[in-house]
Amino acid sequence: MKTNRANRAVRTPGGLSVRLDLRTLTVVLLLLLAALAASVVLIGTGDFPIPAGDVLKTLVGSGDAGQEFIVNELRLPRVLVALLVGASLGLGGALFQSISRNPLGSPDVLGLGQGATAGALVMIVLFSGSANAVTLGALVGGLGTGLAIYVLAWKQGVHGYRLVLVGIGVSAIVTAVNGYLLTRADIVDAARAVVWMTGSLSGRSWDQVWPLLALCAVLVPLVMANARGLRMLEMGDDVSYALGVRVERVRLLLMVAAVLLTAAATAAAGPVSFVALTAPQLACRLTRSPGPNLLPSLCMGAALLVTADWISQRVFGADQLPVGVVTGVLGGVYLLWLLVTERRAGRI
Amino acid sequence: MIRAFGLLVAATIMVLVALASIAVGAKELSLEQVWHGLFENSGTYGDVVVDERMSRTVLGLLAGAALGLSGAVLQALTRNPLADPGLLGINAGASAAVVTALTYFGVTSLSGYVWFAFFGAAAVGALVWFLGGSRGATPVRLALAGTAISAALYGYLQAVMIMDEAALGKMRFWTVGSLTSATDETITQVLPFFLVGSLLALALARPLNAMAMGDDTAKALGANLNRTRALSMLAATVLCGAATAACGPIVFVGLMVPHVVRSFTGPDLRWILPYAAILSPVLLLGADVLGRIVARPAELQVGIVTAILGGPVFIFLVRRRRTAQL
Repeated sequence: MKTNRANRAVRTPGGLSVRLDLRTLTVVLLLLLAALAASVVLIGTGDFPIPAGDVLKTLVGSGDAGQEFIVNELRLPRVLVALLVGASLGLGGALFQSISRNPLGSPDVLGLGQGATAGALVMIVLFSGSANAVTLGALVGGLGTGLAIYVLAWKQGVHGYRLVLVGIGVSAIVTAVNGYLLTRADIVDAARAVVWMTGSLSGRSWDQVWPLLALCAVLVPLVMANARGLRMLEMGDDVSYALGVRVERVRLLLMVAAVLLTAAATAAAGPVSFVALTAPQLACRLTRSPGPNLLPSLCMGAALLVTADWISQRVFGADQLPVGVVTGVLGGVYLLWLLVTERRAGRI
Repeated sequence: MIRAFGLLVAATIMVLVALASIAVGAKELSLEQVWHGLFENSGTYGDVVVDERMSRTVLGLLAGAALGLSGAVLQALTRNPLADPGLLGINAGASAAVVTALTYFGVTSLSGYVWFAFFGAAAVGALVWFLGGSRGATPVRLALAGTAISAALYGYLQAVMIMDEAALGKMRFWTVGSLTSATDETITQVLPFFLVGSLLALALARPLNAMAMGDDTAKALGANLNRTRALSMLAATVLCGAATAACGPIVFVGLMVPHVVRSFTGPDLRWILPYAAILSPVLLLGADVLGRIVARPAELQVGIVTAILGGPVFIFLVRRRRTAQL
């Protein structure tokens, strides 16, 4: 690491000290700005385009009545869901990648998305459930899968590579169950299920915003409070234990938080692929800082998902293809590039 | 000697399972009826049922042997106990290619899309091998590379299925992997590939044995490393590609059987390969029969049964110590 980096330690008289990394701070602010700017553009995009200036005017409460309805009732909740889902996935991905010490140890690869999908499919196919039932099913499925992976990977502690490989095994089983459920459905339910399985933001309303917002409001501060322990954990269990971190407790707490975040995001928008995988990696390359990069990943996830939604609306027309297709294609290309470069650097 | 006798026992089990696969199903047949249908076929109702189940059973035998052999070869080639055509993304490659053929090229016959399946399997096999670190490949790297590529390809599959409901109608049954599509025509079309691939795999036992001792020793023993590697990838791809083209993607058969076999034959591939070729069909057909029994009168596709049985075995292998360093 370079020694001339712009680091500032802020010390308070009480003996507390916080290290401020200016580059990270700048990245976080820029990503936030980018996410918000993309949101404004996204609100203005659709069958009834609204210029960015009018969107801002409407958001602060001085637009005309027609625009107010379109912005506040139709498009704002969708954009908020996109921001929250992206943020949750980015943060969840960063936590998992840090815990498994592997850039590819994201919730997508570990099978949390498939687990949530299984829960949702049970509701769609077996019970023809309402949207709320599907959301609940996805939540239960995601949490159950997370728990199963943790228990199965446990053997005198949870070790990085075992976590990843057990996750791959669990995800294969759940994928088979999903395939079975899909063959049991009639074609209408199957089409609905496939759209859900791809991850879509269309038709999201305030009903999805509030629970997600509440969960984030609780979990994000909780995670941030334990970020220091996570940073220690990356140095290895023994070192962090010697430095006074309660290794398994911190890991369990953060894993539960990550599973909750991922499951809630999946319940709201379906398993949007690759955001959890790419956001932390992109954030880490921007901040050039080692460590979990939690806050930058969160902002990156939000910015990514909103941008992907905008692309899907601009390129394919309004609500033709769900946002998951765009993230899937972009993420796939990025993943291949990541695999090649990581291999060259010998880091995987 | 004991191992040769064991091979005989295994072959007997295989015949029994094959008979069960003909007898068990929505219409239950007695062994007499099966005998009648097989050897004194006179066109009774029972005989027709036997005919129908016959092609399905033969395809199960062929595809099972192919998956087991390709799994054993891949595990030897990568010196990696977790290698499996499904895990390494070869199945996903074949699936993506078949979907493309069905949707964009209007190919609907098996003889047409078997080539697409091969192309997809070969391309992804090479890609995983390269991304996984080729010579320095470790279990985690290969598994991750395979999973990552599978994930990307399944994303593509979903996009196609959303845009084209007809493709969804077909693909949702094809992607779980089943033996129900078997006809005599299917079998004659894929049979040459199974034969060539199996012979190639069996012929590779000796050089792969040498390679197990490490590259340097193998070279000193006169093995041609690059030729062996290339031929092994070819054999695994041909076998797996043909099996996937005929039955759809079936995971974990290639992973599980070589492990079970290795526990009583030892590490000699000259024994592992024949045993795998005989016992893999036992597993595949057994899973197929099980799928017919548990969901009667409907049935559970064989790919689902093998994944549900195979997942726990995979997790057990991962949990066992030192597995990843083999």
